[in-house]
Amino acid sequence: MSIEKKMVTVYIMGEPQQVPEGSTIIMAWEYAGFQLKKGIGCREGFCGACATVYREKGDYKLKGGLACQTVVTDGMSLVQIPFVPSEKPQYDLKNLEPNIDTFKELFPTIFRCVACNTCTKACPQDIKVMDYIQQLKRGDIAAAADTSFDCIRCGLCALRCPADIVQFNAATLAQRLYGKYLALRSPELENRLKEIDDGKFDAEIAELNNMGHDDLVTKYYSRQIKIK
Amino acid sequence: MKIPYFPGCSLKTYASGFEKSAIAAGKALDIELVELPRWNCCGVVSSLTKDDLMHHLAPVRNLMRLSDMKTSGLADEDKRLLVLCSMCMNTFKRTNLKVRENSEDLATLNDFMYLEEAKYDGSVDIVHFLELLKEYGFDKISESVNTSLAGLKVAPYYGCMLIRPKEVGIDDAEEPTIFENLISSLGAEPVSWHAKNQCCGSYLTVNKQDTVIKLTRRILDNAQQEKADVIVTSCPLCAFNLDSRQALLQETNPGFEPIPVLYFTQLMAIAFGLDAATYGFEKNKVDPMPLLNKKVFI
Ligand code: SF4
Ligand code: SF4
Repeated sequence: MSIEKKMVTVYIMGEPQQVPEGSTIIMAWEYAGFQLKKGIGCREGFCGACATVYREKGDYKLKGGLACQTVVTDGMSLVQIPFVPSEKPQYDLKNLEPNIDTFKELFPTIFRCVACNTCTKACPQDIKVMDYIQQLKRGDIAAAADTSFDCIRCGLCALRCPADIVQFNAATLAQRLYGKYLALRSPELENRLKEIDDGKFDAEIAELNNMGHDDLVTKYYSRQIKIK
Repeated sequence: MKIPYFPGCSLKTYASGFEKSAIAAGKALDIELVELPRWNCCGVVSSLTKDDLMHHLAPVRNLMRLSDMKTSGLADEDKRLLVLCSMCMNTFKRTNLKVRENSEDLATLNDFMYLEEAKYDGSVDIVHFLELLKEYGFDKISESVNTSLAGLKVAPYYGCMLIRPKEVGIDDAEEPTIFENLISSLGAEPVSWHAKNQCCGSYLTVNKQDTVIKLTRRILDNAQQEKADVIVTSCPLCAFNLDSRQALLQETNPGFEPIPVLYFTQLMAIAFGLDAATYGFEKNKVDPMPLLNKKVFI
């Protein structure tokens, strides 16, 4: 008895393609014969490289998603975003202060935000993007670092923003300032860094370095995350 | 009384003394300012273009956020939003007027903000703190005064945003009195001066400092001609132009004598005899303490 594979039609850059139901967008591209060299990364939803914009049949909304995490639907129309041109100011963290003036100088565009929330609608990580931009506008760097914590720098928010703001780079600066100047110092971290310096983990790292691919994969997926 | 309150960006940054003193002064009158749990910038300038709805999103979005303040027990009411900054007040009131008069625009705005939990129906009134104080009663306010301000000459500066355009103003645009009444109720002497509703130059401070210097000079000179000890305002931008820009004036005019610029809530905190930590003078550029030490804290 053969199991019948159900197929759906997706429109990749306007061309109809038959792909298996349940495919992710990445799988659909590859099934259709494309080889992606840009707009693809870890395939695990972590790296933010595979931003996609798509519309679904019968829905007027232009949506954003990660191609490795989004499952295709019949009639979906999509394109991969290989790169998002973004303004990225250079700075040396140790010369900065964690206050609003820093953002006025390095990211003056955030003050153009009109609170349209288009960025939040576009974010595949369900981050309240508008809220973290607003928190920055009022100088609440700690709150912005927290709100933006799950950002994977896919760039979809910046692509859609009518005020041309590069939200994720501002988020990165907020997180860096928070980490360097505002977060409580953890004695556990200091201890662990000392342990690393003292070579406590050298043997384990050497063991990992000498492992073959398959063993590494097995070890990775059978890992236990201990939470104290 | 617990009333929903919108701080705005300035009060969280360079005008933090305004917020600090307002919360403390409110508390002394049993008025609790309950900050909206989630808010964004007011939008700052309300667009005067009829078909530009984009710039009304910010204020309307904030007005949506009041919807469950009463049911959740956070505040005693959810149909009035208390605002301190004159500029925020003006923006909110103008947008409110627009959407109340244009139901189609309101529907478009609501539709655009479909992710918000509540729709806005135009039913929230914007209340400036001065209006709430008037409602509370200036006579009653006098009962909370513990520190005598007798002999302190205070010039009430309205600027533009509190009283213009008249559809949104909190008082008569030409002869407002609400500030004077508050100052009298606090036991100080309101100065009568003609520059009280002249423009300070507003945002020109960003790219036309010369113009702002000229305008602020006119205002400061008039206050001093009328022998004012301090100027009070309710606008962080006016305060910036009138207070912070005095350093430049001093550089270019050696004879110029600086005059302190306070938020009216700072004057309230002093009159009520509250802890000095609630005055929030840290960001005041012209230090008011020497004058206050001479005239009030004797
Ligand atoms: S905040 Fe922007 S860059 Fe970050 S994950 Fe969301 S859409 Fe992507
Ligand atoms: S898309 Fe841009 S303008 Fe709109 S809320 Fe986000 S940051 Fe602000």
